Amino acid sequence: MSQTMTNKATLTTTKRPWLGRRSLDEWSLGGVLIIGVLGLFICVVLPLYTLLSKSVQNSDGQFVGLANFAQFVSTPSLFNSVSNSLSIALISTTIVTSLSFLAAYAISRTRIPLKNTFRTLLVLPILAPSLLPAISLVYLFGNQGILKELLMGESIYGPIGIIIGSCFWTFPHALMIMLTALANTDARLYESAEALGASPMRTFFTVTLPAAKYGIISVAFVIFTLVITDFGVPKVIGGQFNVLATDIYKQVIGQQNFEMGAAVSIILLLPAILTFATDRWLQRRQSALLTSKAVPWTPPARPLVDKVFLGLMCFISAFIVSIIAMAVYASLVTFWPYNLSLSLKNYNFDLMDGGGWAAYWNSIQMASYTAIIGTIFIFFQSYLVAKMAGFAVLKWLFHLFAILPLAVPGLVLGLAYIFFFNAPDNPLNGIYGTMTILVVCTISHFYTVCHLTATTALKQIDAEFEAVSASLKVPQILTFWRVSLPVCMPAVLDIASYLFVNAMTTVSALVFLYSYNTNLASVAVLNMDEAGDIAPAAAMAVMIMLTCMVARLIHWLLGSVLLKHTQHWRQR
Amino acid sequence: MTIKPLIKSLSAIAGIGMVSIAAHAATTELTVYSAVEAEDLKKYAARFNQDHPDIKINWVRDSTGIVTAKLLAEKANPQADVVWGLAATSLMLLKNENMLESYKPKNYDQLSPKFKDTSENPVWTGMDAWMAAICYNTVEAEKLGLPKPTSWQDLTNPVYKGHIVMPNPSSSGTGYLDVSSWLQLFGEDKGWEYMDALHNNIGTYTHSGSKPCKLAASGETAIGISFAFRAAKSKKEGAPLDIVFPTEGLGWDMEATAIIKGTDKLEAAKILADWAASQKANEMYNEGYAVVAMPGIAQPVEYFPANAEALMIENDFAWSAANRDAILTKWQQRYDSKSEPK
Repeated sequence: MSQTMTNKATLTTTKRPWLGRRSLDEWSLGGVLIIGVLGLFICVVLPLYTLLSKSVQNSDGQFVGLANFAQFVSTPSLFNSVSNSLSIALISTTIVTSLSFLAAYAISRTRIPLKNTFRTLLVLPILAPSLLPAISLVYLFGNQGILKELLMGESIYGPIGIIIGSCFWTFPHALMIMLTALANTDARLYESAEALGASPMRTFFTVTLPAAKYGIISVAFVIFTLVITDFGVPKVIGGQFNVLATDIYKQVIGQQNFEMGAAVSIILLLPAILTFATDRWLQRRQSALLTSKAVPWTPPARPLVDKVFLGLMCFISAFIVSIIAMAVYASLVTFWPYNLSLSLKNYNFDLMDGGGWAAYWNSIQMASYTAIIGTIFIFFQSYLVAKMAGFAVLKWLFHLFAILPLAVPGLVLGLAYIFFFNAPDNPLNGIYGTMTILVVCTISHFYTVCHLTATTALKQIDAEFEAVSASLKVPQILTFWRVSLPVCMPAVLDIASYLFVNAMTTVSALVFLYSYNTNLASVAVLNMDEAGDIAPAAAMAVMIMLTCMVARLIHWLLGSVLLKHTQHWRQR
Repeated sequence: MTIKPLIKSLSAIAGIGMVSIAAHAATTELTVYSAVEAEDLKKYAARFNQDHPDIKINWVRDSTGIVTAKLLAEKANPQADVVWGLAATSLMLLKNENMLESYKPKNYDQLSPKFKDTSENPVWTGMDAWMAAICYNTVEAEKLGLPKPTSWQDLTNPVYKGHIVMPNPSSSGTGYLDVSSWLQLFGEDKGWEYMDALHNNIGTYTHSGSKPCKLAASGETAIGISFAFRAAKSKKEGAPLDIVFPTEGLGWDMEATAIIKGTDKLEAAKILADWAASQKANEMYNEGYAVVAMPGIAQPVEYFPANAEALMIENDFAWSAANRDAILTKWQQRYDSKSEPK
């Protein structure tokens, strides 16, 4: 379609040269950008606005000021929930931040063997729904758990379980940021330190740590937000330990008290916004750190240090692998703990809550739509923002809207969608309860990371290409098709696979939006656990994880084929 | 080669659009809200479809409290056409909100009076009774040295501290029938005192009424307060369970059917309501429940006591429905914030 569009544009220009081909080309692309801006406005900004206004209304829609907040503050369990949430988030953040720093240090600053294997193992949790570690912990440390004695009489149901589970699923997120923070370093600094006779300890504190400072702060904020807004893990393993996120879930799902849910979710937005602001601020500071004169650094051999880090990496990897292995094993045991023979009984999802196998196929369908539609939309829009001339205001607006979802926890977005799309007077309310709303919500939820990935990749291409093709009177869409898209193919694949995996595993927003014919696998895990079918819940979580692994494999295969065709120029 | 496959494929290719439109016109889809156990949903729909293949049931299933809250929240813009299998106490609540269509199913007069809305314009029809039961895991209890309880009062014995799991009454219908039966059996003040004492022994309150028994079945807890249907099923699956029917009497509630007022598929809804009160349906309910609405139908169910009906308390449903909100609020204030780490 875009082909004919540009052809028409070319035709018009030959007839009426004074209008200028370039200008018409620009306007048609500008039109697409306007559609993009409107799309994000409708899918992100308006729902959030509706949520904000709901939080100051009662159930009949009358304005009640801060009454919902007042009621929430006066709930006796509130103080408990807030302090529980805060302490869980703080402890998890401390553990994950330090472990991920050490792991990233081991990968980028030591000479331990098997770095690639460790890297693969350590990011495995990202392929599983966050409920998987919680379920696995029940089998490891629950009352019938195989390692129950390790807890020395403490119960896994409660803070201990929540912290371990949260650390498991947030670790890969932290590790990836840390690796980026530690990846680039200036060898000249280490050389100077050595020349000045600084001890290794001193070098660490004066060179390594300051360079990673912003990465560490960034990780801390991200993990804090992820943990405080997650309700999957506390729901499964929290026992009677209430946290804010499960409070919202209880208010909305349990008592259908949407206004109260809106009020609590506004409170949950606060840490997220703080994180977001800090992150923006840090990124601005960070960019000045590395200059073009930096020299890449190769870690020296330090036998003792390397051994210690190898041990640590083995420990973390073993922990991750054993949590996953336990979930797989538990899903195959016929009747835990009295009949340990293996069978596929727990995979008979059709006899359980959650929608059965249909839910699984729905998830695959939903994730595929999300990956395909999301990638096309996001990449093309990012291209327009990065490479089109003019439209400064539109671009600025677009960028703002595209960054916004990063600050919105899934739970909050899901609620906002209920309010916005289920309103009887909304012309779009036809999509409520359909597959469409699930796809739209998931794309919006994970928009920011994809947008930034695309933008980063596009910025690496010299703007000269557009300038040259414009002077050669090649329509910009052709330049996009022949230059930008092929060059950015790795980023495009990354975006598609990121969207697919997240669509498969996410629960937080979609739990509020699925309907009887759009049950989802990740939500089914939660529902089966609620109904007490824990082994089938583990089985479904394992299915999701396997599917994501297959998706990653396809990503890798596609990548290596496409890269041969499109990335050849990168080699000399 | 006969001509049949050709015709088939031709009609398939040419008429895909038309067929789907025609099929759409021929089948009515009913959105049915339910709290029936998930494993039974397929069976219920299939049996109904044997007689009425032209009506498709789209289930929305959750625990009793959730379905009730969902129905109430959608009051302005109801999504459900029929409720098939929800606690009668919940339906009475909806009746007070004027959300139910008055309808007397065909077999209405044959049902036992206990199981129907006896008002002039009845809105709900009972299906079966589900009653409280305690799942007692013999293996774990022996390990922990826990004696087998025989009464509700036994459960307050400090020896059980942390070993009892019960459903949260705000989300679970089973949880609510327990609470309501204790308040009726022991009287209000004594009832709350009883729950205070019981609360000290509770390990967790669960979302659903089946989970306590499933947890007991897998040894995750020694004692689960649940309901007889689930207990019998778990025992049948081979779990080391003893099912205890407390001597004071069993709380119970009815699963019932009702049509949502304002549905645009009233005819289909009535057909379903008729079928749900039929003898065939009652025989189907009896496969899992010992006490059903149509007298003279019920066969004994494995692992249920023979005198199940005699064990059930005199349940004042009107009281239980009218006070549901107040009781749940009080319950939440007292026990829901149990969050101190043990």
